[in-house]
Amino acid sequence: MKKDIILAGVGGQGIISIAAIIGYAALEQGMFLKQSEIHGMSQRGGDVMSNLRISHHEIASDLIPFGQADMIISIEPLESLRYLPYLSPDGWVITNTQPFNNIPNYPEIQQVVDEIHKVPHHIALDADAIAKEAGSPKAANIVILGAASPFLGMAYEKLEDAIRFTFGKKGENIVELNLKALKAGRIFADQHI
Amino acid sequence: MNAMQKTLLLGDEAIAQGALDAGISGIYAYPGTPSTEITEFVQNSKYAKENHIHSSWSANEKTAMETALGMSYAGKRAMVCMKHVGLNVAADPFINSAITGANGGLIVVSADDPSMHSSQNEQDSRVYGKFAMVPILEPSNQQEAYDMVHYGFDLSEKYHIPVLYRITTRMAHSRSGVALKTPRSQNEIRMPDDLRQFVLLPAIAKRRYKNLLKDHSAFMEESAVSPFNHYMDGQDKSKGIIVCGLAYNYLLENFPDRNVPHPVLKIGQYPIPRKMVEKMADECSEILVVEEGYPVIEELLKGYLGRGLKVRGRLDGTLPRDGELNPNLVAVALGLHDTMGLAVPGLMVGRPPSLCSGCPHIDSFYGLSEALQDLTRGRVFSDIGCYTLGALKPYEAINSCVDMGASITMAKGAADAGMVPAVAVIGDSTFTHSGMTGLLDAVNDKSPITVLILDNGTTAMTGGQDSPGTGKIEDICKGLGVEEAHIHIIRPLKKFHAENVRILKEELAYPGVSVIIPRRECIVAIDKRMREKFKNK
Repeated sequence: MKKDIILAGVGGQGIISIAAIIGYAALEQGMFLKQSEIHGMSQRGGDVMSNLRISHHEIASDLIPFGQADMIISIEPLESLRYLPYLSPDGWVITNTQPFNNIPNYPEIQQVVDEIHKVPHHIALDADAIAKEAGSPKAANIVILGAASPFLGMAYEKLEDAIRFTFGKKGENIVELNLKALKAGRIFADQHI
Repeated sequence: MNAMQKTLLLGDEAIAQGALDAGISGIYAYPGTPSTEITEFVQNSKYAKENHIHSSWSANEKTAMETALGMSYAGKRAMVCMKHVGLNVAADPFINSAITGANGGLIVVSADDPSMHSSQNEQDSRVYGKFAMVPILEPSNQQEAYDMVHYGFDLSEKYHIPVLYRITTRMAHSRSGVALKTPRSQNEIRMPDDLRQFVLLPAIAKRRYKNLLKDHSAFMEESAVSPFNHYMDGQDKSKGIIVCGLAYNYLLENFPDRNVPHPVLKIGQYPIPRKMVEKMADECSEILVVEEGYPVIEELLKGYLGRGLKVRGRLDGTLPRDGELNPNLVAVALGLHDTMGLAVPGLMVGRPPSLCSGCPHIDSFYGLSEALQDLTRGRVFSDIGCYTLGALKPYEAINSCVDMGASITMAKGAADAGMVPAVAVIGDSTFTHSGMTGLLDAVNDKSPITVLILDNGTTAMTGGQDSPGTGKIEDICKGLGVEEAHIHIIRPLKKFHAENVRILKEELAYPGVSVIIPRRECIVAIDKRMREKFKNK
């Protein structure tokens, strides 16, 4: 099994946490992993993306080739479209529809969502609203991870374990909130695949 | 990788862990993307603390390089880290350290930034290595990044030579599993055998230089047997491939079974292994060179006239001349099938980095722009830091960004030319990095310049490292001879805007050196500080 994942968002939205959780779950299953991140200048309100590759076989390139990503997981709708050239013909876009608007020329959100709907395989959800509903307003990124969970090629429980590991230091309450956020995202995806 | 045996590390972290396990006594650096995390990893290491490994930031790359050379003189192992343009700053001690030689092992890490993700150029540090005539190491994955540090220190100590260690952005910021060795202990203090070795008076330097030239053939021998240079046979001799760094991974990516049909020479240690190159030239009809950065190997093979050997790469358009490589570019260069996903929709817009909401620089720029509004535009020289974003909309407040410290000296030059007033805008950390000497020039000439030292108390752009001049900025200016009456500390806040503009206007009119220090803590630094405080409660 091999999954090539583009993680996208705006600096500070938590794509590195998603990468860490998937990465931990993959390593626990004895998989290989390569993850390329963007640091430095791009963090200051700019777009950020990470290439996450997990596989049962050794991985060569640190970068995912164009046209070969299994999925784009994005915490921001406009950002999900920025990386479409990476997506394979069978690939999925799993994205938040709640915009992060820190630029003066952000396109009409409805047009952005329309473009997302043109992608053959997509899951588009208002992760901010779902996170709030789940009582965990800061966990929109984990809702998105939950929505991506059916496509990751690993048992859902493995992600739950990874969340317990990642947030364990912050206390049982935080762990529970994130597990709820994960579940809420998963339920949405199951209803919309 | 397997979670049971390996540690997940960024390329930068693998280098840092390698340095710890290879027995360094100190790491010296000035922050610079993509090299910053190497030193930060050592700073955060419990092992480093317990073993008293020096790791605090240096004022600039030159002081870092010289301090590391001093530690090497004393017989201990030292690493010095910088981004590629930092090597320009450290070039003088770096080049000369090849002549003095090293005593304790000395590795100079330079992190190149092809495609200029966060830099002003994409210079290739291997050119510096060749210039200094030192061995160069270049890893292609995180495991090599780790292993090469041990190897590099051994090489350095064997020949008493500094070793240049070159990485690129993707190597620095890509994470994978690394198997670690048992740490070895630090060196004891040991004087150089020859106490005149480091005295580069002409008579001694001539002798040392001959020594370096002689050792160069030994470095060639080392490359020939290096565990990081591999010749892999292939059936299809219509083409041979020379590849180095991450480009090797992009090559393999194009062959899912990892069997490249052509002979492949993977280079991780320079000078390049001559016999292996000769073998490839003998048995292949043409050579494709795939290297990240400048066409260093390609130019070497091609020669000036480019006659004879058929060499393909960045120079003949087989690969792009600039920018970083990727698996697709390598596929096209090999004549393989290229893949591409969906097009980016037409509504896409850029999301450039911007100053954070609440950033003190915003108030400084609005104040400065208003103070200058009655004058012709284009007189603000600036520098390297978050405030360089002041060039973009909506501020459009600065007119230059060249290299660390250039704001003050360029303003002086423009003032010398008659462009009065001329303004310099520089951050606190950049000021102590390379601005102080230029300010002294201006003071000595009584140049009519107004210098704004934006003091946010941190090295913000690279993630908030300690700033060497914190608490000392106005004293440094006074010490350099700036008149006390023309040093002002202002608060860059909206409520002081009118007052700040008045002070700025007054000093712009003063026909000598003025320094204005807008002082307010970086809001990201406050946020980080508060979180730490909250965490400890």
